[in-house]
Amino acid sequence: MSDLIKKVTQLLSDKTIDVFIGYEKGSADRIRATFTRTPEQAGKLIFDASCTQNLAGFLLKHEVKKLGKLGILANVSALRSIMQLASEFQIKDGEVLALFPNADNSFTEFTDFHSIEAYLETTDVGIKSEEQEMITRLEAMTVLERWAFWNKEFEKCIKCYACRAACPMCYCHRCTTDVNQPQWIPVASHELGNLDYHLMRAMHLAGRCVNCGECANACPMDIPLNLLTYQLIKPIHDTFGATAGMKADAVYALSTYKPDDKENFII
Amino acid sequence: MQEFEPKIVAFVCNWCTYAGADLTGTSRIKYSANVKIIRFPCTGRIDFMILMKAFENGADGIIVSGCHPNDCHYSTGNFHARRRWIVFRNLLNFAGIETDRIQFSWVSAAEGFKWADVVNNTVKKIKEFGPNESYKQIAVSTLFNEEGATHE
Amino acid sequence: MEKELKILKYTDLPKLIERFRSQGYPVLAPIRKDKVVEIELVESLENVALDALLSTQSAKKAAFPKVEKVLDFTFGKADVKQTAVNPEECKETILFGVRPCDASGFKSLDAIFGETPKDELYLKKKEKTTIISFSCPIADEYCFCTSVGGGPGNTAGSDLQFTGISKEEILVEILTEKGAKLATMFTDLLIDAKSDIDKSKFLADVKVVFDVNSVVEKTTASFNNTALWLEQSLRCIGCGACAFVCPTCACFDFQDEQNTKKGVRLRLWDSCGFSLFTLHTSGHNPREVQSQRWRQRIMHKFAYMPEQLHVVGCEGCGRCSRACPVDMNIKEHLTEIGSQIVLIA
Repeated sequence: MSDLIKKVTQLLSDKTIDVFIGYEKGSADRIRATFTRTPEQAGKLIFDASCTQNLAGFLLKHEVKKLGKLGILANVSALRSIMQLASEFQIKDGEVLALFPNADNSFTEFTDFHSIEAYLETTDVGIKSEEQEMITRLEAMTVLERWAFWNKEFEKCIKCYACRAACPMCYCHRCTTDVNQPQWIPVASHELGNLDYHLMRAMHLAGRCVNCGECANACPMDIPLNLLTYQLIKPIHDTFGATAGMKADAVYALSTYKPDDKENFII
Repeated sequence: MQEFEPKIVAFVCNWCTYAGADLTGTSRIKYSANVKIIRFPCTGRIDFMILMKAFENGADGIIVSGCHPNDCHYSTGNFHARRRWIVFRNLLNFAGIETDRIQFSWVSAAEGFKWADVVNNTVKKIKEFGPNESYKQIAVSTLFNEEGATHE
Repeated sequence: MEKELKILKYTDLPKLIERFRSQGYPVLAPIRKDKVVEIELVESLENVALDALLSTQSAKKAAFPKVEKVLDFTFGKADVKQTAVNPEECKETILFGVRPCDASGFKSLDAIFGETPKDELYLKKKEKTTIISFSCPIADEYCFCTSVGGGPGNTAGSDLQFTGISKEEILVEILTEKGAKLATMFTDLLIDAKSDIDKSKFLADVKVVFDVNSVVEKTTASFNNTALWLEQSLRCIGCGACAFVCPTCACFDFQDEQNTKKGVRLRLWDSCGFSLFTLHTSGHNPREVQSQRWRQRIMHKFAYMPEQLHVVGCEGCGRCSRACPVDMNIKEHLTEIGSQIVLIA
């Protein structure tokens, strides 16, 4: 941990970066994001097993970008988010300095996309086994059972859009939900409004989701909505050979095609 | 007791399927009248949200049809649509919506008979499935039409 | 009216809900739904989570629901026929097992919706809601009710308050006419309490962390302190979780939902934290960045409401902080504001 503080202090002092997005102790047993700009502030930086939040969501926040050259403590999810954002032209090469926490408490500095890509090739980026278990369990249900499951979960949804706000890939200035000419997605948090919103969001994230789980972590009503986007990761990989957040020059799976894409339902 | 007549909405591309459906008509081929056809320039223009809207507004079934791969009037529109449908079907199925209520097809401008078959088979299939009960509970027209229930 | 003190046995508590339900009263109470505690209609005491610290969302939905129809309309040949929802057509409802912060939260909503023009949809529902609150034997580090004039045994806004005073007995405080009327349904289960029962022995210890008057003064004077608002809100992601779980937040949106024949107009919860909240049709947005929206949230509760409505817009329940995805802790933020050296004009 003090390696981290030393490293960040050095990066700030020699002006390699102006602000470092990291973790500090929060309320109760929580961890929160912190925006370190001075060596004194760096003293608050921590890193341990509970620091799992994907901080990449802050990279595009206007008031954070205005603070200057960005550094970030990036776990695998955050590295993948950076790659995905790069492939969507939201971050330029060299614009963000990522510090990756190694298992031995040292930190690897990634200053360009190429090095991140090379690292991601060597690491497991799949979804966690508990989540896969839940997906498998849902897939084993009948269609009507799944309908009942999701509608019961979505009953809790209050349309606070914490999932959207927390997702690094949801950065559209005018979200489809906010468009009212026409109003595609009912704003109200009734069954229809909730279902439409979550289905729309899952579709707009298909091929872009890096399974960081921030959406589900952010949800105040504890809805496992990450499962909707996670479930699409496998078919997109198996059918199109595409995985989000691995290469800075990847093309979005749904804006490209192969003339011989396989399907079994079009007559 | 009246037999259930399903409401089907068909989203079709102008250059192939719409022309094909026209050919069905000019050939005087009879087919089920349950389908309302909506014409798009290309299947690539069909947003998945439109399909959701069809169900929400009372459709029991949907047909989405366009040019055969490699024959798209705009070269690649149907390729993009195909990818979208593959993903969307997966999502719908996972969310608990019967994907068999949506029939996807490639019908060219020369396939008058095929269009009639697609429609007839879809109507037959949806008749067997019955009305789209899941969506009826949450459809636009049924919202808030019972006693308010607003004090909770 | 003069407060009445009674004793009720825990074993008789289920009978209350049975009797309320047998008379046809909807009863809203906190129940567990996996990891959250929701306030929902209940049929019996069985599912009520009286041991939960407090509900994830507030009880404001009893009078200010998250989705509410205000108007029905049908399209005629050349006109639109409209039927407004009649505010009188709401049921007498009982809010059971909520906390003192829920009950006192209604005073902010009463003030906002009671301004002219009066919001009858809210006011009538509130009028027909009887609130039975349970005082708090436990609190956590997010609670700060005592710093904003409340407390774990605060009775403001409650019609009846129940406090567990032993394994067997509950102290029942009948506080209002409405409460007394409801209590007639279970007078046979009540015995008079000794007047020397000290309720405070059974309440959580919630330490005061700031002086609310000082926070109000300093908040009011901090509008131009852009650095303060920026620092506090850097991690805010602009969702609506805080506003929606808050007992005193009342911002709303209207949406029409219709087909070609008819439709409804709905009132829905909205949040000043959303980026589009203040977007004008001209394209100008006076609160373009999150720090401005954060400033608005705090100043609304601790400057504008005290000044205009003479009520502090916060109950210290801490729900916003617990629900916040990025751990914005309002108790911390307010303490920081209160500890500033600020020139008060």
